[in-house]
Amino acid sequence: MTDTTIPSCATLVEIYRRMALIKLNDERFRAVIKAGKIVAVYYSPRGQEVIPSAVSVNLNDEDSICTIYRGIHDMLAKGVPVKLLWAEIAGKATGTCKGKGGPMHITHPATGVMVTTGIVGSSMPIANGFALAAQLRGQKRVAVAYFGDGASNIGAFHESLNMAAIWKLPVIFVCQNNLYGEHTRYELTTSARRISDRAASYQMPGVTVDGNDPLAMYSAANEAVARARSGGGPTLIEALTFRFQGHVFGDMDAYMMEGEKEAALSRDPVPTFRAWLIQNEQASEIQLAAMESEIEREIDAAVDFALSSPEPDLAELRQDIFATEVRA
Amino acid sequence: MSSAQHKPATTTTIQAINMALDEAMRLDPEVILLGEDVGDEQEGGVCGVTKGLSTKYGKSRVRTTPISEQAIVGAAIGAAIAGMRPVAEIMLMNFTAVAMDMIVNHAAKLRFMSGGQTHVPLTIRTMTGAGFGTGGQHSDYLEAWFAHTAGIKVVAPSSPAESYGLMLSCIFDDDPCLFIENMPTYWTPGASPDLGKRIPLGKANVVLPGSDVTLISYSRAVSDCIAVAKTFANQGVSAEVIDLRTISPLDMDTVLTSVMRTRRAVVVHEAVKPFGVGAEIAARLHEGLFGDLAAPVQRVGAYYCAVPFSKKLEMEFIPTHARIEAAVRATLG
Repeated sequence: MTDTTIPSCATLVEIYRRMALIKLNDERFRAVIKAGKIVAVYYSPRGQEVIPSAVSVNLNDEDSICTIYRGIHDMLAKGVPVKLLWAEIAGKATGTCKGKGGPMHITHPATGVMVTTGIVGSSMPIANGFALAAQLRGQKRVAVAYFGDGASNIGAFHESLNMAAIWKLPVIFVCQNNLYGEHTRYELTTSARRISDRAASYQMPGVTVDGNDPLAMYSAANEAVARARSGGGPTLIEALTFRFQGHVFGDMDAYMMEGEKEAALSRDPVPTFRAWLIQNEQASEIQLAAMESEIEREIDAAVDFALSSPEPDLAELRQDIFATEVRA
Repeated sequence: MSSAQHKPATTTTIQAINMALDEAMRLDPEVILLGEDVGDEQEGGVCGVTKGLSTKYGKSRVRTTPISEQAIVGAAIGAAIAGMRPVAEIMLMNFTAVAMDMIVNHAAKLRFMSGGQTHVPLTIRTMTGAGFGTGGQHSDYLEAWFAHTAGIKVVAPSSPAESYGLMLSCIFDDDPCLFIENMPTYWTPGASPDLGKRIPLGKANVVLPGSDVTLISYSRAVSDCIAVAKTFANQGVSAEVIDLRTISPLDMDTVLTSVMRTRRAVVVHEAVKPFGVGAEIAARLHEGLFGDLAAPVQRVGAYYCAVPFSKKLEMEFIPTHARIEAAVRATLG
């Protein structure tokens, strides 16, 4: 672990709580899909737990995030209630979006999860809009756009960074570089040695951090959020990480380099940070075990809630298209 | 423009849209404009539609943007979800193709996909229309693309006063609206709008009553239909002309009520004919009135090709009066 801005003990434990929630939620989710209880195309965030956990402890409910199809970790870290998330993923009327959005479009304005997109590169242009509204209204709110390494090659990335820079928008672009865009390795698709190098083209601070190191990630996010909140404009953070479950759950991962996944698994950031907290006397084994049990109970309740909730009424097919229902 | 000012006899579409934007910005500080060249330093837009507004309301609310259509619409979407009422200008309708993901996958769908939690009160202004010799990528009518997407309203005014009233309604509507302006008639004077008067969305207008055949149209083609109707009036044929005003949601009640009476219908638009708005209207007329129709519904649209450059080709590409007249005659048998 690096020794940059060391957060308080409470913050460190809170980062871990969010990481543990993401990991345990992911494990349960894969088990429920395997058991056939929920049918969903699932883009597992396992392995990327640190990034949104360390970012989100620097945010509040009024700060917006725009995330992507691999975004369950971003949503949980921002505080979307677990049972509403599960009900949405199960396609139930009680879900965040009444079952009309699904896992790729979870939205929960109360916790600032404003847009989840299934389109690579599309979180960034919209995050700029939340930042613009905050800037025009004189609010001290910031917006975070999460996206993957593949998205840094799409036009919207460049348009968005340029616009954010010229307007000094309070936005943080967080690239979760897991080394693969779908099934293709980073080096084959990306001319930049580092994605953060691209920030220089837009006269914007850009930094590459170990996205599996909670202290480094916290420090980078803390600085970027402070910059945005104080009117200093946008930041590009490239967080290096790895996805443990491939592109979509069920992948064979045959395209990965030999031994790469095993090496990443052996450095699993969640147990690593757990051990670090105990070793550095930031938390006790008993405390963390109790926290994990509580998370498991919350997930138990969420699964029960999702599975026992009703499906949406067919009338929903005609609602929420416009503000008022129209015959089409 | 204050209400104390006297109402001029005529107004152009450029002036009318400028007046509507001015009125909306005056009424609501959350109305902002974003687009290429929209500020006064850049001459208030390529045709001057936004002239004076950045001077009056400031450069933060009237924001000249980079040539970045995805970023323009994306920023407008985010600001709209946050509760503002942005008006994003995509200079030419063909350029909406560059921002299609933002418009179709996001602006139109976020209300539904969020289960009604977020909505996008965004207006996208865009201009188009053949007749200026701008060729295949600067003058297409692409409204059918957007009308085929659930969740976005598509509005195409036919005159300066219509532009004013419909623009105000779009800005204060709680859903995304695509507002299509006909560029070649920007400078054509028409009756002046009544200040502050909004024209409701989703409601068609019978601009010329008639009893023998119904001409259904929108945007610039409405004036062509009126001209053709007048020609037929001299021959003893009474044509009713309907201006749809809003293409989606479509006011089929007004169309069906008219055609139930006239039993004959011709749909006219400047977009290419195959798979166009005319096909949808014809299908619905046949679904609703098959046994009552005196003749099959006729469609007049542009040729199935890119907008051509040569003046001779361009003038024949768009619906000519001769083609509209032939379609009307086909319904009369």
